[in-house]
Amino acid sequence: MAQMKFMCDAERCIECNGCVTACKNANDVEWGIQRRRVVTLNDGEADEMSISVACMHCDDAPCMAVCPTDCFYKTDDGIVLHDKDLCIGCGYCLYACPFGAPQFPQQDAFGERGKMDKCTFCAGGPAETKEEEYQKYGSNRIAEGKLPLCAEMCSTKALLAGDAQDVADIFRQRVVHRGHKDGAWSNNPQASTDNLAYDAARKG
Amino acid sequence: MTTLTMTKVPSRAPSGTASWLQRGWRLCLMLVLLVASLGVTHMAVAQADPDREMTTAAPGITADQWRQVRSGETGPNYRDSRHESNYNLINASGETWRILRNRWVSPFGLIAIGGMAAMIALFYFIVGRKYLEEPRTGRKLLRWSLLMRALHWTVATLFITLALTGLNLLLGKFVFRTLFGDAVWGWMVAASKVLHNYLGPIFGVLLVIMLISLIKENIPKKHDWVWFKKGGGMIGKGHVDAGFCNGGEKAWYWLLASVGILVVASGFVLDFPNFDQGRDTMQWANIIHAVGALGLTAVSLGHIYIGTLGTEGALEGMTTGYVDETWAKEHHNLWYEEVKDQTISEEELAARKAGDSGTPSPAKPS
Repeated sequence: MAQMKFMCDAERCIECNGCVTACKNANDVEWGIQRRRVVTLNDGEADEMSISVACMHCDDAPCMAVCPTDCFYKTDDGIVLHDKDLCIGCGYCLYACPFGAPQFPQQDAFGERGKMDKCTFCAGGPAETKEEEYQKYGSNRIAEGKLPLCAEMCSTKALLAGDAQDVADIFRQRVVHRGHKDGAWSNNPQASTDNLAYDAARKG
Repeated sequence: MTTLTMTKVPSRAPSGTASWLQRGWRLCLMLVLLVASLGVTHMAVAQADPDREMTTAAPGITADQWRQVRSGETGPNYRDSRHESNYNLINASGETWRILRNRWVSPFGLIAIGGMAAMIALFYFIVGRKYLEEPRTGRKLLRWSLLMRALHWTVATLFITLALTGLNLLLGKFVFRTLFGDAVWGWMVAASKVLHNYLGPIFGVLLVIMLISLIKENIPKKHDWVWFKKGGGMIGKGHVDAGFCNGGEKAWYWLLASVGILVVASGFVLDFPNFDQGRDTMQWANIIHAVGALGLTAVSLGHIYIGTLGTEGALEGMTTGYVDETWAKEHHNLWYEEVKDQTISEEELAARKAGDSGTPSPAKPS
């Protein structure tokens, strides 16, 4: 089974917000909610960098660990999904999430937040019918054999989505191409330039 | 037009063979330079090494930048495309909160409450109930006014509701989801959240009112210290000096006045996210709220035990408002000494209840 992951190559991201728009369009996301966001650090400075962030579908997902209703689950593809019927809108997933992924349609007195919404890796969620699934969680492109639209639409291919191994391979090739020594395996000066099979655990 | 340009061109160009020679020389020089420079760049390309390319190419993202991101720091030039977002890129304190809540607060909260229940049960089976030593005299003293009793039971009911719903939100998923299935569990936990969030503020307000109205009786006195040193006379026959409130009641009062207020205040922070408080604030509010509330729940078991099963004649004070003279003498001797002239007989009490003597005020030293 695959382990689905997102990865944003910050050296390629040009802050076009195409991923944000694609996501909103593909999933018909509620007004005021933006499942994906683009963060720019040091905007306007020489070392400016941008990165697109959404739910990262963690292996050990903090949202899942702290949810009082236990509404989260992991699919066989390693995608973290949640059941909106069980969600009570307590906000704990938001406190715990490292990436600020969970969002709520409201923010009213007495903790009235509505049902949490987050990126589903375009894999929908638990529902009786396809229509209900689309209405609650957005599209299920994974079921159609397609990857998330944000990554598919990325103009510079900064945002990658897919099996962790494939994503890592693509990114490593880029890093090698950019001229990283050690074949991008490590920063270890002991690693020889051409030995891609260098094992950092083995000394010498 | 044509004639105009035709006439202008020669005027710009230098005249004579000397200028032609000069131009030819420049051309040659340029060619030489071009060839030479091509050679140089070719050599440079041949010598390119990864280290050098890394330093000359567009600046890559360094490990330090990622470290800054990981730390949760944001500079003045930080931008987020999300509407009204005040979040940094990495919520660095989220993991701390998760560990504190999941590994410390929930298991140790359960241990505190379970341990307290076990200790009380053990105490009950070993020491048993504290009965009155002398027979009841039948003469009664008014201890709690109707208003105070109403306030106490409202606060008590709210406290128990909040404790149970709060425990369900913290630990319910480990029990009830597998026990009852998703449909019932979903309903249970949603009801818990709504009850907790809407009753919490009412509890907070009433708790403050109760604390204010009882402060006079709960000011610590010297004899309270003696009361504590002698364990409140809970074991054995001896009695310890106590005023209207004994040392234990005062401790419970001040616990509610400190930890209780902290729990209420942190609860308000959590319950009203509409004031745009950040995630970090709510993480801390949640930990304070949970630790305080679990501690109070554990201690409340002691209060409930002593007030009901643990002491003969205590519960009737909070239900009927009146306590027996003997009970007052044995448990609150200093108060009894001050108000012993205000006792009434059971017949008087029955008449008072049937009649329309208005609302009597608790026996207080005149």
